[in-house]
Amino acid sequence: MLLNQFLLLAAALFCIGVYGVLVRKNGMLVLMSVELILNAVNINLVAFGALTDDVGGEVFALFTIAVAAAEVGVGLAIVLLMYRNRRSIDLSEADLMKG
Amino acid sequence: MIGSLLAAEFTDTEKWVVNSFWGVIAAVMIVAALRVVTTKNVVHAALWLVVVLAGVATQFIFLGSEFVAVTQVLVYIGAVVVLFLFGVMLTRASMGDDESVAQEKRTMAALVGVLLAVVMAVALVDTYGDDELVIDAPQGVAEVSDSIFSQYIIPFEAVSVLLLAALIGAIVVARKD
Repeated sequence: MLLNQFLLLAAALFCIGVYGVLVRKNGMLVLMSVELILNAVNINLVAFGALTDDVGGEVFALFTIAVAAAEVGVGLAIVLLMYRNRRSIDLSEADLMKG
Repeated sequence: MIGSLLAAEFTDTEKWVVNSFWGVIAAVMIVAALRVVTTKNVVHAALWLVVVLAGVATQFIFLGSEFVAVTQVLVYIGAVVVLFLFGVMLTRASMGDDESVAQEKRTMAALVGVLLAVVMAVALVDTYGDDELVIDAPQGVAEVSDSIFSQYIIPFEAVSVLLLAALIGAIVVARKD
């Protein structure tokens, strides 16, 4: 198998995730798009690990999975707090810190 | 186990079969990912995300990393998607609807995505051309764990602290006073 197969697939997933982050207004859907991006990175890490025959890539993919799980936990808490305070999870209304 | 199937010496026909399998899974993943970012129903988006995550797990098996594939299924499909579904149910799904996103913004976002994809594709094809991936033996779990608990022990401990901090932080942020 070619290395590029995996890298191009990951690039496609990454770009779809970027599109989702830019275009979605619902907080939950933005978090899902971020998950797409992180998964694309994981594919790259494992593919490069396989290329260099090194476990480092896999170990870092595992770390990324752990960090992504933590991110979802905190992100969900923030979305819930926002829903409780404003009755909406529309991210375009989250302008409290706007200058 | 599953990954050791890939370790066998393949004839050209077998290689062709494996590559076709790979192509089908990749196509399904791309379509599902597009559905995640375009579907109007939030629950449907979460369910399409399951398809993408399962596809990523099969990619890990193709790459000979069984342990990461199993972790992907356990952590992502088992835990993260459930969290997402809880989040969808606790907030009202119709809130923050994308109906009101201006067409101009959609076009610009699509443009950014396509340009990014083109740049990355050109750079990747230019750099890695026809590099063949030789997976002669799947990475063993023992090897991965040895590496985590010797070479990468400090990052591992940092991840433990991070998870604890995220747990406490999530409770503090989400609880009612």
